[in-house]
Amino acid sequence: MIEASETQRPSTGPTPARPGLDVRRPHEGGAVPRRPRHGGLFESIEQGRQFETVRHEAAAREDAVLEIDDFDLYYGAVRALHGVSLVCPRGKVTALIGPSGCGKSTLLRSVNRMNDLIDSVRIDGDMRLNGDSIYAPGVDVIQLRKRIGMVFQKPNPFPMSIFENVVYSLRIDGERDRSVLEEVCESSLRGAGLWSEAKDRLHESGLALSGGQQQRLCIARAIAAEPEVLLLDEPCSALDPIATGRIEELIDELKGSYSVLIVTHNMQQASRTSDFTAFMYLGRLVEFGPTEDIFVNPRLKETEDYVTGRFG
Amino acid sequence: MSVTAPPPIRPVPPGSTLPAARGHRPRRPRGTSLYAHGEPLVWLTGSALIVSVLMIVALLGLVLTMGLSTFWPQHVTEVTSLSGEHWMGEITDSERYVPDADMLSFLEPEVRASAEAALAASPDGRVRRRLFRTGNFDLSGSHFRWIDDYETAAEAQPEWAVVLERMAWGRFYGTPAAFLVDGDVVAEGPEASWAAFEREHEPSRARFDELREIEVFAVGDTHHRIEEARQALREVELTDGQDSDRYRAAQAEHDRVVAAAERDYATLDERRTALRAENDRYALRMATADGKTLDVTVADVVRGYPANQLGFVARVGVYLSRWWEFLWDRPREHNSEGGVFPAIFGTVIMTLIMSVLVVPFGVLAALYLREYAKQGWAVSAVRIAVNNLAGVPSIVFGVFGLGFFCYIVGGWIDESFYAANLPNPTFGKSGLLWASFTLALLTLPVVIVATEEALAAVPNSMREGSYACGATKWQTIRRIVLPRAAPGIMTGMILAIARGAGEVAPLMLVGAVKLVDKLPLDLRDWSGSLGPIPTGAMHLDRSFMHLGFHIFDLGFQSPNSEAAKPMVFTTTLLLIAIIVSLNLIAIWVRARLRRRFQGTHI
Ligand SMILES: Nc1ncnc2c1ncn2[C@@H]1O[C@H](COP(=O)(O)OP(=O)(O)O)[C@@H](O)[C@H]1O
Ligand SMILES: [Mg+2]
Repeated sequence: MIEASETQRPSTGPTPARPGLDVRRPHEGGAVPRRPRHGGLFESIEQGRQFETVRHEAAAREDAVLEIDDFDLYYGAVRALHGVSLVCPRGKVTALIGPSGCGKSTLLRSVNRMNDLIDSVRIDGDMRLNGDSIYAPGVDVIQLRKRIGMVFQKPNPFPMSIFENVVYSLRIDGERDRSVLEEVCESSLRGAGLWSEAKDRLHESGLALSGGQQQRLCIARAIAAEPEVLLLDEPCSALDPIATGRIEELIDELKGSYSVLIVTHNMQQASRTSDFTAFMYLGRLVEFGPTEDIFVNPRLKETEDYVTGRFG
Repeated sequence: MSVTAPPPIRPVPPGSTLPAARGHRPRRPRGTSLYAHGEPLVWLTGSALIVSVLMIVALLGLVLTMGLSTFWPQHVTEVTSLSGEHWMGEITDSERYVPDADMLSFLEPEVRASAEAALAASPDGRVRRRLFRTGNFDLSGSHFRWIDDYETAAEAQPEWAVVLERMAWGRFYGTPAAFLVDGDVVAEGPEASWAAFEREHEPSRARFDELREIEVFAVGDTHHRIEEARQALREVELTDGQDSDRYRAAQAEHDRVVAAAERDYATLDERRTALRAENDRYALRMATADGKTLDVTVADVVRGYPANQLGFVARVGVYLSRWWEFLWDRPREHNSEGGVFPAIFGTVIMTLIMSVLVVPFGVLAALYLREYAKQGWAVSAVRIAVNNLAGVPSIVFGVFGLGFFCYIVGGWIDESFYAANLPNPTFGKSGLLWASFTLALLTLPVVIVATEEALAAVPNSMREGSYACGATKWQTIRRIVLPRAAPGIMTGMILAIARGAGEVAPLMLVGAVKLVDKLPLDLRDWSGSLGPIPTGAMHLDRSFMHLGFHIFDLGFQSPNSEAAKPMVFTTTLLLIAIIVSLNLIAIWVRARLRRRFQGTHI
């Protein structure tokens, strides 16, 4: 097990924005007393037994911007989410981790009801955004999505100029005032750390940017509408390490002014950028708590195995 | 793991061992499979391409050489036969053939002797004959004549052989003998009379153009005014009856308009008679090779030139002036001479109207199929039906267009809006609008399929990005999907244009005709030298000429098929050129659209 003091050691990760957590294998530290095992939790999940999410108390004390209540989701007959309950704290970064196919993207896409676009999807349970139900009957999905920003795995700028890309959400609301549009464009591009690179080429195609710039453009587009929650689905998985570093810095800067829910495959990224971490497995939320606790002091052996890379 | 090595493929040098992994399974010797290297496929695909390219090049080459050479002015040759006959004309063709023995026996003795000598000298038993365009149809009864080499006694290219292209009766080949004014000879001998002709030709043609302008437009205009007044009166009669104040007022107005129109008509008629009389004063007396003479009215000559005196520049001049006439003038002589401007105009305007109809319609249909409809068996069935529509013979579309558009829709329009003109149909007959509708229907599958493909090629991630921004479905389609799919939609339009502009069969039923007096758009002087200037309204109900139909008409319906044959190629060349240029415009627009997404500038 990792001792608490180890968290104070300088990080070995690339350009960390804040003191990172060392996620070395715990047993390299020498003989440490073992915690009691939750023997075969993964097997019991695989067999479909009932199971209670392990929640750290620290998370429950936070002011919630997004609450997910016992949420189930089915793709046709296949159940992809099993009773997920999660609370995203306001102004904090919450990371979703877990092996491929465990339902992280599905959960994220459920927040802004992108799954409505898939015919076979059925859901059960509810989510609340600042207290407003997301799945109650009669909710205007279009209005809801305007309150939530989303950035996808692969950068997907629109086939239009950088300027038009950024102000897209204002355009579809019918905003025509040039000065408003320009102001929002500048502040969003600044917010996404793209202003200095893009300010001289605002009227060039958004597709002419590099991959990392495109992803920052997508972030600028998402924050232009001043969303209450920002959803990031593996925003760096298609980028090179330098572009990844810039996005990570950016997420760090967004912290405080935005509430972020980010899916990531990269443990170092999760540990460096997030305040809270949720570990999912096969559609269940396994453990949820402050990032430090999850990485340094997880309550479940399985979580520990996963964050240290011994599982997978 | 098996450790027994298979028999080695290549002799293994003593001492060396095969790696264990190699020894696991027998391997085929390397480099023996031709397929493995893909050579046969390279050859197969390459030769398929070469064959197609060769066929296309051959077809285009034929059209180009024939089409471009038609208008080149040839030398005029005079032939004297052994039996003392004279013919004069342009050589248009030449072939070697086996003469019929029976036919030889009917020849006069000296000709027969010459023929037999020629046959004996010929290594393959064939003799040569040439096709002469001899013209002078009004004197000889034929335009062309095959002349055997063996019946030729002498051949010359007389200095004063003159070619006249006339308004009627085709070309005339002969020598100017005299120039007549009011029937009196004012000049004699080829040189003097030709000089007089050249002096009088242009003024005569100017008077002729004015005459035609009056006949086609001014007279038509007065008729039109009378007809309008009659219709206005009839409308009042239909609503108020004959015994009403309004009818009496309308009757007075009608009489006034008709009287004014008739006065105008009388003035025009006077002018027309004067012009005719003036033109009839001048004539060129031509002598043919066999000694006959004919007085040709100067105004009837479109173009005349002393063929054997022309230098290269003068020849190019004649060539270009023929092209000019071809592009800008209207046809004469059953379409085998003159120009095809009405057909060019008809083709272009019909293709444009067709595009305007088919593109929005096809795009909307494809949008529904791809973006809105729930994908399932019903949508698949519709898709299959649309694809099969592309395979329906086009004449079926013609029949449908005639039955549905012309008679049902057009008939209804006539009853509702043009009742005063009945029983004469306005829209209830074949015409430009219905032809465009029919071709739009014909090309609809092309546009739908191409648009669907373009829509399918828009990455879903873009749609999702737009939805995630809170855009509605329609906003997403309008702002993201359609602009992104626009180049593909343009491709569909290009294909539709190519298909639609080249289609002939359905047009025969729904509006294309052999010859029209008036274009569907009122142009002030479409026969003049400066090209068309639109002055008036579109008449979508009018019949029109079409290049594709024109080709059919020239090739199969012309009374003078030898003369029409080269025109078939010229017209084909023109049709191809028009389709290519319409396509080039569309491709240019598409390239501009594409640059938006690929390049750096919007
Ligand atoms: N559109 C879909 N239709 C059916 N099954 C899906 C669909 N999208 C995802 N799934 C399934 O749901 C599960 C969770 O997928 P996903 O949320 O993409 O996982 P993650 O993002 O954690 O890798 C997977 O088993 C996947 O196969
Ligand atoms: Mg995912």
